[in-house]
Amino acid sequence: MTAEAIGSRSVRRLPRYRLRRNLKEAAALMVAVLVLIWTLAPIYNMVAVSLEKHGNVFSNDIWPAHPSLESFAVVATQSYWYLTDFWHQFGNSLYVGVATVVITLLIGSLASFSISRMRIRYGWVLSNAALMTYVIPASFLAIPFYRIMQNYGLTNNLWSVIAAEVTFATPYAIFIFQQYGASIPHELDEAARIDGASPLQIYLRIYLPLMAPALVAVGTYALLLAWNEYLYQFMLLSSKRNMTVAVALAQFLNSDEAPWNYMMATAIIYAIPPVAIYYVFRRRMTAGLTMGGVKG
Amino acid sequence: MDGTQLQAVQALPIGSTSAPATRRRTWRAGLLGSEFAWAIAFIVPYIALFLVFVAYPVVYGLWLGHNPDLYSELYADPIYQRTVVNTILYLGIGVNLKMFGALMLSGFFMRRGWWVKALLLIYVLPWAVPALPTFISIHWMLNGQWGLLNNVLWNLFGIDGPGWVETSRWLALGSVIASHIWKWMPFWTVILLAGRMAIAQELYEAAEVDGATGVRKFVHVTFPLLANLYLVCTLLSTIFTLGDFNSVYFVSGGGPALSTHVLATLGIRDAFEIGRPELGVAAVMSALPLMIPLVILLMRKLRTTEVHL
Repeated sequence: MTAEAIGSRSVRRLPRYRLRRNLKEAAALMVAVLVLIWTLAPIYNMVAVSLEKHGNVFSNDIWPAHPSLESFAVVATQSYWYLTDFWHQFGNSLYVGVATVVITLLIGSLASFSISRMRIRYGWVLSNAALMTYVIPASFLAIPFYRIMQNYGLTNNLWSVIAAEVTFATPYAIFIFQQYGASIPHELDEAARIDGASPLQIYLRIYLPLMAPALVAVGTYALLLAWNEYLYQFMLLSSKRNMTVAVALAQFLNSDEAPWNYMMATAIIYAIPPVAIYYVFRRRMTAGLTMGGVKG
Repeated sequence: MDGTQLQAVQALPIGSTSAPATRRRTWRAGLLGSEFAWAIAFIVPYIALFLVFVAYPVVYGLWLGHNPDLYSELYADPIYQRTVVNTILYLGIGVNLKMFGALMLSGFFMRRGWWVKALLLIYVLPWAVPALPTFISIHWMLNGQWGLLNNVLWNLFGIDGPGWVETSRWLALGSVIASHIWKWMPFWTVILLAGRMAIAQELYEAAEVDGATGVRKFVHVTFPLLANLYLVCTLLSTIFTLGDFNSVYFVSGGGPALSTHVLATLGIRDAFEIGRPELGVAAVMSALPLMIPLVILLMRKLRTTEVHL
């Protein structure tokens, strides 16, 4: 609409309807081409560099002269000194991601059931606390968080990272669950209660099944958050075996002779799972995504 | 986008804490013995999480940064002064360009046609791809000697491009802002697109009957109805951008010569590279005068107004 508006401003006074429509269409197409170039440039760069042979990276090609899958093979077989633990690190990333999703969904759904279905007293204090946590940038809490983990002796432990990711994913979960849960009639709970169901049974048999779409949306969100996050993983994980791929990738960058083709191949492999999951659950995400998104 | 699911969420006030008093409450008459125990058991994990990982770090951070001398040390430091200027520019330019672009493009994506839908799928890619790989890719793309951007400039136009992130502070800051916009504009576009789709088509038809076209429809129908959402999104985006660490850290690394740090990255640098966590906390806390009003405003907006999404 706005693009049309921009297009139509210069064209409005032209007499013929046909011409105006064609010009509008041409303007829209131009916007589309610009958006496409803008969006794909860094991703194109990623692919192009990953297809370079080792040693050909420093060239002025726009597309590799001799494209090869060599760097993917090197990453997959871990045959470069920086990549010796790649699959183990990939497993760590996966472990952190899955644990974050499960724990976030568990704590978030229990809390929002207690606050908005059982309506415990002072529940509003807790939902405000969640809302406040949601708007505090994670990077501002990083330093004290690190010091505390150090005091607990939890640094270089994947669980300290999971704790951090869960901390920053749960507020959004509560936020969305409360919104979504308001569309589930309270009469259902009441009927079950009259039939003698305990709160746990109501939670398991009524609340969770009806919340399934919101659970999927929040689960995807939590996974993307854990996969996007770098700062806490970098601070808290130091040994090669305990690192996630994100930390290892950034270490590449700081090494003296950064092997760009291997880095980009690693980056592509690392990016595949979240992109795939995003496109599978895209519709659900948009529904749950009302407010929020991945905090940087 | 899935219209029906959006509708379901739409009419609800965000953060349903202020539910009307007349609403039926299943457990209204007070929770009985065992039920009360269940309710407490359900909420305890979240309370524990909040106390241990949010409240405690906040208090600890305030304690770490309580010494006033830290702040006078910071203000006297030219790197810090530059950082504050960068942060303001980053927020002022980055957030507004991003939100305005998102507003315009959300209008573009309202167009009909299969290729617009296909383009939208590609356009959200930066948001779906993890931050780190793409920012590293941008960092290399902007390399003065071997980067893709300068290769293209040279091969197509014969221009010898500068080292975007290595030579000048303003080029590097511009690159960082552009990268931030690249990563986050799709997300806000999708939000604003959902907002636009919630506007009843009849309003536009009525406006057309009254003779309104393109720009006037936008000014008199779309914008008034989107204004509140746009404001909330801008506030939220300001806070998220203030805490954005990845764009700066990976695209420019704070360089050249520490000239493009923002508060979020400077704090981490002070804490981990210089080994002075108190100073790092102080640098981050100096953003509080900006952050506290923003948070209060945003929480009121999120809680009391119905944000139609």
